[in-house]
Amino acid sequence: MKRLSISFRKLATAAALSTALFGAAGSAQAEDTIKVGVLHSLSGTMAISETTLKDTMLMLIDEQNKKGGLLGKKLEAVVVDPASNWPLFAEKARELITKDKVSAIFGCWTSVSRKSVLPVIEELNNILFYPVQYEGEESSKNVFYTGAAPNQQAIPAVDYLMNDLKVQRWVLAGTDYVYPRTTNKILEAYLKAKGVKPADIMINYTPFGHSDWQSIVADIKKFGSAGKKTAVVSTINGDANVPFYKELGNQGIKAEDIPVVAFSVGEEELSGMDTKPLVGHLAAWNYFMSVDTTKNAAFIQQWKDYIKNPKRVTNDPMEAHYIGFNMWVKAVEKAGTTDPDAVQKAIIGVEFPNLTGGTAKMLPNHHISKPVLIGEIQEDGQFATVWQTNKVVDGDAWSDFLPDSKPIIADWTAPINCGNYNTKTKKCSGQNY
Amino acid sequence: MQSQRFRTRLKTPPGLRPADRSPKNSLLSMMTTTSTQTGIETRGVFKRLFELVFLNTVRREPVAGLSAQPGSNGTSAVDRSGWLIRIGLVLLIAAAAMAARPVLADETGNPLDLLRQGSMSEREQAVEQLAADSANLKLLQALQDGKLFELKAEAKLAIGLETQTGYSLTDPISGASLGEVERGAVGKINLNNKLRTLLRKAIGQLQLNHADPAVRLGAVQAMAKNVDDKALALLKDHLDHEADAEIVAAIRSVLLLQDINSPDKSQRVNAITTLKEFDSQDAVNKLQALTEKDADGNFVEADSDIRNLAEAALIKIRGRMQAYAAIETVFFGLSLGAVLVLAAIGLAITFGVMGIINMAHGELMMLGAYTTYVMQQLLPNNLGTALILSIPMAFLVAALVGIAIERGIIRFLYGRPLETLLATFGVSLFLQQAVRSIFSPLNRSVATPDWMSGSWQINDFLSLTWNRFYILIFCLLVFTALLQILKRTKLGLEVRAVAQNRGMARAMGIPTSRVDAMTFGLGSGIAGVAGVALSQITNVGPNLGQAYIVDSFMVVVFGGVGNLFGTLVAGFSLGIANKVLEPYAGAVLAKILVLVFIILFIQKKPRGLFPQKGRAAES
Repeated sequence: MKRLSISFRKLATAAALSTALFGAAGSAQAEDTIKVGVLHSLSGTMAISETTLKDTMLMLIDEQNKKGGLLGKKLEAVVVDPASNWPLFAEKARELITKDKVSAIFGCWTSVSRKSVLPVIEELNNILFYPVQYEGEESSKNVFYTGAAPNQQAIPAVDYLMNDLKVQRWVLAGTDYVYPRTTNKILEAYLKAKGVKPADIMINYTPFGHSDWQSIVADIKKFGSAGKKTAVVSTINGDANVPFYKELGNQGIKAEDIPVVAFSVGEEELSGMDTKPLVGHLAAWNYFMSVDTTKNAAFIQQWKDYIKNPKRVTNDPMEAHYIGFNMWVKAVEKAGTTDPDAVQKAIIGVEFPNLTGGTAKMLPNHHISKPVLIGEIQEDGQFATVWQTNKVVDGDAWSDFLPDSKPIIADWTAPINCGNYNTKTKKCSGQNY
Repeated sequence: MQSQRFRTRLKTPPGLRPADRSPKNSLLSMMTTTSTQTGIETRGVFKRLFELVFLNTVRREPVAGLSAQPGSNGTSAVDRSGWLIRIGLVLLIAAAAMAARPVLADETGNPLDLLRQGSMSEREQAVEQLAADSANLKLLQALQDGKLFELKAEAKLAIGLETQTGYSLTDPISGASLGEVERGAVGKINLNNKLRTLLRKAIGQLQLNHADPAVRLGAVQAMAKNVDDKALALLKDHLDHEADAEIVAAIRSVLLLQDINSPDKSQRVNAITTLKEFDSQDAVNKLQALTEKDADGNFVEADSDIRNLAEAALIKIRGRMQAYAAIETVFFGLSLGAVLVLAAIGLAITFGVMGIINMAHGELMMLGAYTTYVMQQLLPNNLGTALILSIPMAFLVAALVGIAIERGIIRFLYGRPLETLLATFGVSLFLQQAVRSIFSPLNRSVATPDWMSGSWQINDFLSLTWNRFYILIFCLLVFTALLQILKRTKLGLEVRAVAQNRGMARAMGIPTSRVDAMTFGLGSGIAGVAGVALSQITNVGPNLGQAYIVDSFMVVVFGGVGNLFGTLVAGFSLGIANKVLEPYAGAVLAKILVLVFIILFIQKKPRGLFPQKGRAAES
């Protein structure tokens, strides 16, 4: 009994001592570093996709530090885990800004997590870089959207199907949440404006993780066998894609007959799939790992070295973080400070080269200009580019194809300084969430 | 303006080999490598140099990667006379690289070289040329199957079969063996959808005279997909010397479809009356076209007799289509039900017979699915064998884990359902995290063996997918086996005795605690077996179990706790109900409606469809 109490006392002392030591070291370090928040889920359903982005950020910060840091200081990543829990995203963002005093946050994947962070980031006036393609209809003073807006992914893909593959009948299939619903609303309006009859559009929603695709695929088959060229525009998200493509293959629907163009299937997702039934189906992105440029080759090599696994792949949101982070670095250097207000002003107009060639530019609406690429899935899980835009496309925050958002623009430069400015009524509603 | 033309010409990223496009390769090193190659055609050398020069020029432009334009897939419109080729290399380079390519694109060089290093549109030309000679059939098939490779060192094509370390190669024309090479020594010839369509047609035409009737039938079907005059003539010729009745019928139906639009009215009437007995989607489309109106409201088809005939024929075919659709829905329902029954049947034992709420049941299925993955990794060349072997393996793995859970945790918690629930929920999280740590949080891909992919095409309106078909049969087999175990074995007798009256069973000398462990192991093992089936239709990942746990409990409760037959009937009826509702309500709403129905049903009959009767159940 006595021995136990002694050892316990010893332990407690040691613990107290070490805490004091580490605490002191921590605060000493905080003095001369610039902190960058990384807000990606490391557990839960979204961990599959978001863990990669966390590692990408650590790699980019590491590289910047090797180059000598920023403004003469080292960068320090503060990684938190919002655990795929949407309200927790807001809490963790608040913690990053108020407790850790980060200068910018790189994070979120799903639209719902971004919407959850929005009020916090606006209230505390910080910066969020959001790297994933999304549904648009938003532009916050404090958020920079480095992923694709609908006009940088969905609309060009539909144009390609319509003009190059002569598609006349459309299946809009999606997972049942905000991104597919809004995107499909925009696409439906766009198709109708192009003269497609309502009878030639089929819309279908399924829950997250749906695995029994038999009747839906049978319906698509029936819809597609009416003698007109048919294509599926898929906003199906996450791992529901695997059984979907499997069922397509089993029911004998070939990419030559009814191609599926997906907006959420990238190299990372393909690496966990049996790609046999997918070959020839399409995906629209702003970046493919297979694009052969010196910059991209260097980036891929850097990633493989950093992650110490030669089999890992790169994907579109990783490139978005790469561009976003480098734009932020440039803006901080330009402003000479990490103060969010100054950086928000300085970053507009900043340019940075894409990995696929061409230059991304931060636009006044907080979106960036991007090339659009359409690729066919190959058996090795890579994409072969079959079509690309001949110049970069500017991201449009408010879709021109929805009647409500048509007159609205976002412009964060003087004199408008507003995320949703109505050009008809000349009013700024200022509401984002 | 020049650079603009550059860009439209340079639209060949997928067709070009990385080595050619790497800006690191200097012109000089390229020249030395090509000159050392044996047997390379002079034009090939030119071409590679042109591409190199050309590509490097463009690469240096700031917007190199964004150089393409929609639809300009490299087809040349510029016609340059052939003498340009013969002018010296230096002159050509100096004369601007853009002139070189149009010349080359128009040359009708060796199609094999075009295939090997041409752009996608050049490959199309190559395939069309190759399709003229039946000696090229093997090569075209290899190309279609993604088995045609380029030997980088020797600049030639070869058919490659994947081996453990690389590829074993054969010559595409002669079939002679070319030995084995490493993975990096060959580059696959890529295709796009346009090429695949072209290949399908070309191969169909070449296979029309194949010895095997099944291949000939496939060829006719491939040609029927998009009939042109050439294909029509080929089919008509073939009809005269075709002996197989099925193939004759297939060709006849293709010809009949053409007859619908023939100038001879009696031929049209004959075609329509014959076609109305056919279960053919093409026939429906053709007949439909006859009954449609144009933009002004006039009928497209002027002849009202033909129109009326077509409408009558459509009504007849549609009636059959509805019957097939009903059969299809029932099959879909049964197959969904089979998955539900498989997932629930293990739970019917642990929850139904033993009364344990096992929240880790889904994770035991996940373990079964991962066992399949591991087995496939161990036997990468025998996917089918691996799948069959994983059935006993998964049973074993899941059963052992189940027994460990029972011995380690659950046996201390008998009679305390809430604590069991929490403890097993903890176990489920533990198992998920263990799998994440061992296999990574990413989904693992489990391949489907060939005999389980594809579908049984009964006719145009009805086809049953093989994987679902096998799972349905598998489910019934597992169910029968389980029933036999419970009815006819000593373990089964003991299980039933303990479930009915634990005290009495113990008094009769049954080691109840050992029986508990065995029963739980049996239920867990069945869950593992269900995991093998699930690996074939859904994702194998750490979250696999969570997706099925709610459904499993639903089926067991609906069927009546403690009744295996109840589970079977409940699974199948929920599956069919779901599939009947789905077309009307959509997948999301159908699921909700089924849940609401079960809630209401449980209110009315709290003991489920087949409640247990007798004194033991009432006490």
